Amino acid sequence: MTGPGDIRAATGAPTEAVLGRDGLDALVQVLKRRGRTVVGPTVRDRAVVLAELDSADELPHGWGVELEAGRYRVRRRTDGAVFAHSAGPQSWKSFLHPPRVRQWTAERDADGGLTVCEDEPPAVSYAFLGVRACDLHAIRILDRVMIGGKYPDPAYGSRRKGVFLVAAECTEPGATCFCVSMGTGPAVDTGYDLALTEVVDDGGPRFLCRSGSEEGAAVLAELPRHQADDTTRTAAAEAVRRAAGNMGRSMPPTDLRALMRDNLEADRWDDVTARCLNCGNCTMVCPTCFCTTTEDVSDLTGDHAERWRRWDSCYDLDFTLLHGGPVRAGKRSRYRQWLTHKIGTWHDQFGSTGCVGCGRCIVWCPTGIDLTEEAHALHQEATRQGPTP
Amino acid sequence: MTTSAGRPGGSRPRLGVFKFASCDGCQLTLLDCEDELLGIAGELEIAHFPEASSDVAPGPYDLALVEGSVSTPEHLARVRRIRAESRHLVTIGACATAGGVQALRNYADVTDYLATVYARPDYIETLATSTPIADHVPVDFELRGCPIDRGQLLEVITAFLAGRKPGIPNHSVCFSCKQRGNVCVLVAHGTPCLGPVTHAGCGALCPTFGRGCYGCFGPAGTTNLGALVPVLRRDGMNDGDIGRFLHTFNVTDFTAVEEEDLP
Repeated sequence: MTGPGDIRAATGAPTEAVLGRDGLDALVQVLKRRGRTVVGPTVRDRAVVLAELDSADELPHGWGVELEAGRYRVRRRTDGAVFAHSAGPQSWKSFLHPPRVRQWTAERDADGGLTVCEDEPPAVSYAFLGVRACDLHAIRILDRVMIGGKYPDPAYGSRRKGVFLVAAECTEPGATCFCVSMGTGPAVDTGYDLALTEVVDDGGPRFLCRSGSEEGAAVLAELPRHQADDTTRTAAAEAVRRAAGNMGRSMPPTDLRALMRDNLEADRWDDVTARCLNCGNCTMVCPTCFCTTTEDVSDLTGDHAERWRRWDSCYDLDFTLLHGGPVRAGKRSRYRQWLTHKIGTWHDQFGSTGCVGCGRCIVWCPTGIDLTEEAHALHQEATRQGPTP
Repeated sequence: MTTSAGRPGGSRPRLGVFKFASCDGCQLTLLDCEDELLGIAGELEIAHFPEASSDVAPGPYDLALVEGSVSTPEHLARVRRIRAESRHLVTIGACATAGGVQALRNYADVTDYLATVYARPDYIETLATSTPIADHVPVDFELRGCPIDRGQLLEVITAFLAGRKPGIPNHSVCFSCKQRGNVCVLVAHGTPCLGPVTHAGCGALCPTFGRGCYGCFGPAGTTNLGALVPVLRRDGMNDGDIGRFLHTFNVTDFTAVEEEDLP
């Protein structure tokens, strides 16, 4: 990857500027003109959801959120901030790895033969606007899972390939956020085309904008902008630094992978099982949970069949249904599977943790199960009973 | 319209649709398959379907769709006869799979109900309980819902014709909400919702329109009602409200789950 300085040297395009409201408006229009389907945050059904945007007017100007375990509320802000809300009900996974995708169709010919037609990967070119640092990491983790191995998934690859990423550094984390613990935020490091840091002070809402790719610099060059000034730079850095100190949650200061590996029979698993609905919400809101199942459908005549892939969840009994019954028949084994995979065996499988600290699973769990609380409890139980793992 | 390949001579499997104690809504779901009705009639001989036609033919039937619960002494004999005449028997709807809303009598004295509802209770012959078909005869597949979902009924018929297992997931309504991109009404609005413990199948109809799930499809394949009750209380329901919330169309199924999950 080329650094910002190299980009300027190569193209003469700006690598840093300050955007106002007009710059944000223009950003959406420029991305659309470049053929991108722009997806970003907007308020719908009393939540900040991700949806296709026609203009920057649809962004959540002046909306914030209050988060707790099992509870989400939008609230009005007086400062007009656009990106002062944290993770919502969906993640970018919904666009890169949609809930239901057709894989192929089959037709029976007049002579009884079968013609199978594989579905072409979609010709979509997304721009994601307002991607948090935690979610940039989540996309990287999904990339490893979906296209980084021996059998890359062409549908994911096709959706992912052209994505233009506009990151938004986090300046107001939620009460359920713990990206600092997971080392994923709140500042963005790499992997973006443009990065925005919102500054709301007496100077009015504005955005420090940095380019992280050649296309990012080219887009920035098309926007109405001001030269970056030290006041804005300092305010932006201070806002992100403050956010790092305002995390609502944390993970225990221990090797989580070992904690999971060495405490499979801890009493705490029974405690959390009593509170777990087995509804599967945590897996579906998680920005990295990727598991799917296949559904074969046919029509009444049996002459036309389709194979679909849809999200599945390790909380569903049928997920591990084999001859003779499900592998994880007990509720306890299903919650344990999810958490030990997410922050433990994910390392063995994909070389990193599967958790980015976005807190979605905490917020959208109807009973408010908090994986950081569970990890702390497991850590305490292990510490009480023997050498610290 | 051609019949399926592999079925020589054009002989079509024979369909029978039967009704016990019910409101007929689930049978009507079959007639609601307007675009597919000709296709169904092309693949199946509709031999017995009094709701649609008075031209009924005797058994045996290859596929029987049975609606309604066993609620009268006459039903006891009839359900056995239908089973004996049917190769593949599928129960459709909450009455047939769980006894329906009329199973509320199972937890009360039916003679009190008779005296309240009928001017001449002595004319009424009824059982003390309303029970699912599967309590009386072996059932090959149970399709849930009050009423059943049109798409799921088509899937059951299509799967029967293809000789495969129907693709009817046993997971919670939450799966459907998340697939549709719905904002969770329980978490974001504080609306009491049975979705996390309810069997999917309706496509999350109520939450899609901002209402909590009423549990029309009965309990999901795996539930933990004990974990949901405190959430319902938090969102303003008292124990009486929660009891009434659970004891509707699938009262027997949710009661069974209560006995397991709420020690």
